[in-house]
Amino acid sequence: MTVVFYIAGAVALISTLLVITRRNTIHALLLLVVSLLAVAVVFYSLGAPFVAALEVIIYAGAIIVLFLFTVMLLNVGRQAEGDEPGRLRGIHFVAPGILAGVLLVLLAIAIASGPSAQVGARAVGPTEVGAALYGPYAIGVELASTLLLAALIGARHLAQRQREADLGSVAAAVATPAAPGPAPEPPAELVPAAAPASAAGDDTPAAGPAGAAEQAPAERKFWRKDDG
Amino acid sequence: MAHVPFEYGLYLAAALFLIGLVGVLVRRNLIFVLASIEIMLNAAGLAFVVAGSRWGHADGQVMFIFILSMAAAEVAVGLALALLFRRAFGSLDVDAASRMRG
Repeated sequence: MTVVFYIAGAVALISTLLVITRRNTIHALLLLVVSLLAVAVVFYSLGAPFVAALEVIIYAGAIIVLFLFTVMLLNVGRQAEGDEPGRLRGIHFVAPGILAGVLLVLLAIAIASGPSAQVGARAVGPTEVGAALYGPYAIGVELASTLLLAALIGARHLAQRQREADLGSVAAAVATPAAPGPAPEPPAELVPAAAPASAAGDDTPAAGPAGAAEQAPAERKFWRKDDG
Repeated sequence: MAHVPFEYGLYLAAALFLIGLVGVLVRRNLIFVLASIEIMLNAAGLAFVVAGSRWGHADGQVMFIFILSMAAAEVAVGLALALLFRRAFGSLDVDAASRMRG
């Protein structure tokens, strides 16, 4: 199992390096899955099988799939490669690489100055982890559930506002992000003062009472661009 | 069971964290920035698990579970914001949001 640790660690490092240098989003996310699976193998070799299973199920199985669905929803195929014009040449990695190298040296010195020890003296199975979770860490479990509930409500709120903005025309708006639509003046929609005039057709809440429009002007304008 | 020095696990965690940091600093695509943050959170969890394994306690794995739930919450909100960012600015380039438009 010792050699498994080294091989899995090397795979994790290489695939993570490849993740941050890819241009294609899908390729990067699939390499990130490889990286997470390698880290799961590292967990298993360290005697933490429960966490290894959680890494595969939640990180690789749920979070990365959420990323992939978002990428498909955003339809960032060829357009994503133009999102970083002039980026991703080797020169842009020099300064962050030097900074990270300095930090790595400092961390290595700090780690090496501590007492040495062997890892993985004994395996800690799911039984002990569960007993700790619902024993001394019970309040942490409750707080984590509250955090997840807050994130659920927040994400649902954001997605709902988007659906209200253009009911049924999500695909068209995403395919052509700067689509002018029927309105011939897309730049004018960015100006708040011109919004009631240009939104005479479909946007009744903004064109109606002036109090509602000035109650949350920034939020209103945030949705305005793709409406027309 | 692997019999490797405790420090090697921490070196691996530090290297993964710094790769994620370089990703956040270099990349301008919002999806890549979120993925790099995931890499950094995962590296922090790896450090916890290594430390828990060194002492043979379950506390490291408990902390990893908390980090996992926090990462799940973060990515749900972050990806929803990425959808809104794309709709508002027409691209995923975070430099598009570097100036305030009134």
